[in-house]
Amino acid sequence: MASGIRDKVAILGMGCTRFGERWNDSAEDLLVEAFQECIEDAGIDKGEIQAAWLGVCFDEVNIGKSALAASTALRLPNIAVTRVENFCASGTESFRGAVYAVASGACDIALAMGVEKLKDIGYGGLPEFSTALGITNSMWFPNMTAPGGFAMLATGYAAKYGLDIQEVKKAMAHVSVKSHANGALNPKAHLRRPVTEEQVLMAPMIAFPLGLFDCCGVSDGAACAIVTTPEIAKAMGKKDIVTVKALQLALSNGTEIAYSDWDGAHFITTTKASAEAYREAGIKNPREEISMMEVHDCFSITELVTMEDLHISERGKAPKDVLDGFFDRDGGIPCQIDGGLKCFGHPIGASGLRMLYEMYLQLLERAGQRQIQNPRYGLTHNLGGFPMFNICSIAIVGRYGD
Amino acid sequence: MVGIQAYGGYVPRYRISRMTIIQNMAWYFPVIMAVAGGEKAIANWDEDAVSMAVEAAYDCLAARDRKRVDGLFLASTTLPFADRLNAGIVAAALNLVEDGLSAADYTACQKAGTTACLAALDAVSSGSKSGVLVVASDQRRTKMATMFEMFYGDGAAALLFGRDDVIAEFIGAYSMNCDFVDHYKGYGKEFDYGWEERWVRDEGYGRIIPQAVNAFLAKHSMKIADFAKVVYPCYFTGTHRAIAKELGIDQSHLQDNLHNTCGDTGAAHPILMLAQALEGAKPGDRILVAGFGQGCDVLAFAVTENITKFRPAQGVTASLASRVEFTNYLKFTKFRDLITADLGIRGEANPNASLTVLWRKRKMILGLTGHLCTKCGTPQFPPMPMCVNPNCQAVGSFEDYEFAGRRGRVEMFTGDLLSPSVDPPAVYGLVSFDGGGKIFVDFTDCDLNQVKVGMPVKMAFRRRTRDQMRGFTGYFWKAVPQVQG
Repeated sequence: MASGIRDKVAILGMGCTRFGERWNDSAEDLLVEAFQECIEDAGIDKGEIQAAWLGVCFDEVNIGKSALAASTALRLPNIAVTRVENFCASGTESFRGAVYAVASGACDIALAMGVEKLKDIGYGGLPEFSTALGITNSMWFPNMTAPGGFAMLATGYAAKYGLDIQEVKKAMAHVSVKSHANGALNPKAHLRRPVTEEQVLMAPMIAFPLGLFDCCGVSDGAACAIVTTPEIAKAMGKKDIVTVKALQLALSNGTEIAYSDWDGAHFITTTKASAEAYREAGIKNPREEISMMEVHDCFSITELVTMEDLHISERGKAPKDVLDGFFDRDGGIPCQIDGGLKCFGHPIGASGLRMLYEMYLQLLERAGQRQIQNPRYGLTHNLGGFPMFNICSIAIVGRYGD
Repeated sequence: MVGIQAYGGYVPRYRISRMTIIQNMAWYFPVIMAVAGGEKAIANWDEDAVSMAVEAAYDCLAARDRKRVDGLFLASTTLPFADRLNAGIVAAALNLVEDGLSAADYTACQKAGTTACLAALDAVSSGSKSGVLVVASDQRRTKMATMFEMFYGDGAAALLFGRDDVIAEFIGAYSMNCDFVDHYKGYGKEFDYGWEERWVRDEGYGRIIPQAVNAFLAKHSMKIADFAKVVYPCYFTGTHRAIAKELGIDQSHLQDNLHNTCGDTGAAHPILMLAQALEGAKPGDRILVAGFGQGCDVLAFAVTENITKFRPAQGVTASLASRVEFTNYLKFTKFRDLITADLGIRGEANPNASLTVLWRKRKMILGLTGHLCTKCGTPQFPPMPMCVNPNCQAVGSFEDYEFAGRRGRVEMFTGDLLSPSVDPPAVYGLVSFDGGGKIFVDFTDCDLNQVKVGMPVKMAFRRRTRDQMRGFTGYFWKAVPQVQG
């Protein structure tokens, strides 16, 4: 019986660029910026890295296929570098590759990178993806965008719980207001202006019922992590070692989009992956034990619904928890303490690692103005794809032995 | 006994009032004020002659066994493909049996619809075919501020010809062909080029139709009074009546030319008018129908007792009644690509349709055919190698399962303003079918503010892409929310 990943791998160092419209920086520039912070934090030489992973999604408009661009940008010493892509879970997939390599004993020190350069396409929003789902789907799928795909969830959620769409929108608005308040405190965030509930509700419609402020930003950015074993970390003299408590991934299998049981108001994958992650981390009551979260708030409705799938809010009760301030920075489980995708934007390959970066800073009490009291377990969550066919990744980190 | 076994028709949902055109364009060409009355049917931006033909065919075949159709003739002057059988697309959308099916396009003339009927009758009479479906459909683009813009409407109609259980027995026919060119569309040209209206009225419709009808009557020793309904197109309403007067047709026996409610639907028009005449026909009625264009085809039918047993899925009259007025003339011109409006960089994406995929997945993409698992009975779309039911997951134990005629309900939806569309917001959502199965699909013929979770939908075959660079038109199915339930 597999014993899981808990406390087998330590984070030796992390780095994260300022996210934003980095008009004058290439993906390579961003990778180097994140890497330099990361390797300095880790306190190792580049030559000690034995294998690396790179998460990137829209390679065609970005750095191209393969991991060659990353290996070249960082002048890595002819080691294994693997590019991974699993939509918005790409960053966490990269982390998973490095963590599993160390856990298996295949290498002592591994690097996980994530980068996305989205602002070289000439238009707002994510790059057009009519062929990203394969050639057959390109011949029949709806004329869909990311906000449209997730907007549907709000209509499904409202219908399931018999809510007026305006009631759902009000809770969604608070999700965004809370994240903007957090992002305003973060010098690495893209959007740093607080917003009011009224501003959110009055914003222009993007995809019914999502308005502009229900959607996360689109930005450029990179983040990375260097991982090793807790033993090596200790031998290097590291104190307050942050370790991986759980790493889970769950993918849709076509049930949501093609089988009649799904209610259109929750994520099957998140429900499963989070339960597995709590089991792996030894967490019995997530609402009591999780200290903080960075969830995939690509759209406010995604975050809202996710709170139920993470077994934090009861089914149908997320709007109440949100409006009660349970996920605010001073609430029961602060969520998106760094500002979230909402304020960082979503350079796809980097996002999962950016979330871990905030959890890492918080656990090491390096989060400055955003620092919360005595965090124990931090959870990150990515949701790639769309409500009816998606990839959920979950990571839980904490202090070694805790 | 040879004749018509079934009929159907389709008039698109939107109507534009001729006054709307006048209000927008009379400043440019005041002559259009001469036909100020009524409205015309306009195809939605995602409809064309092929998609409307599919609608009419389903209307006609709703109660029939489509497996028994072994011939399909498509008549139209506005076919999307110059070389790729357009009738073949319609056949695939109808899931007709490929083996033994004869299919052909009849085109390049306004009387192509009636000519296709004559060919179908020949095939059925000779015994070489047992069930031939004729579908006629036209969606003619016109320049702005022209008389063609005032007269032309969009629509389609279908007739099934066979030997048994006919609802209207074929009596006989007469054809004459002459190179009378009232208008033409040269190869590669976008629009019709027409000659002086007075000449077209008096020497064209007004002379050729009576001449052909009289020749028919003489050939078959019949009198015009033998007919309960006389059906012939002529978008000049005055001339339409004048022809009746000359032939001695009482106005009560003259089939409405649909100028006020639909406009002239080109090659489809005599068939559409005939389908409507059949809706009101009684056993024993005789119906004369003529098609006009470089001559004239005349066909006659005697309605049988079976007419009382047949109903199309909706029919022409109901299709005409199911209307939404389209008040935005500029939007109409955008739908027809008559004006240039920016779709943004996002709208530049133009993936090449894969012909290998289209071949491999033709039943799925054109026929909206999914799977029915023979192990657990779950209908599913798209068809995949393993059953979607988590408790089954059987491999390869499937039957074809057609979703096209099935009703469904909206489970979730959105109206997307980011998605490039000539009719924003792009409305799409997840639909679950009555009887099982789901589809994630574009919606059409709807206004976002009327769509609700739980609303019933029906499926419609629509144009999904038009690749201007390569000339390819791609089709799939969309959900049409049924606002009235």
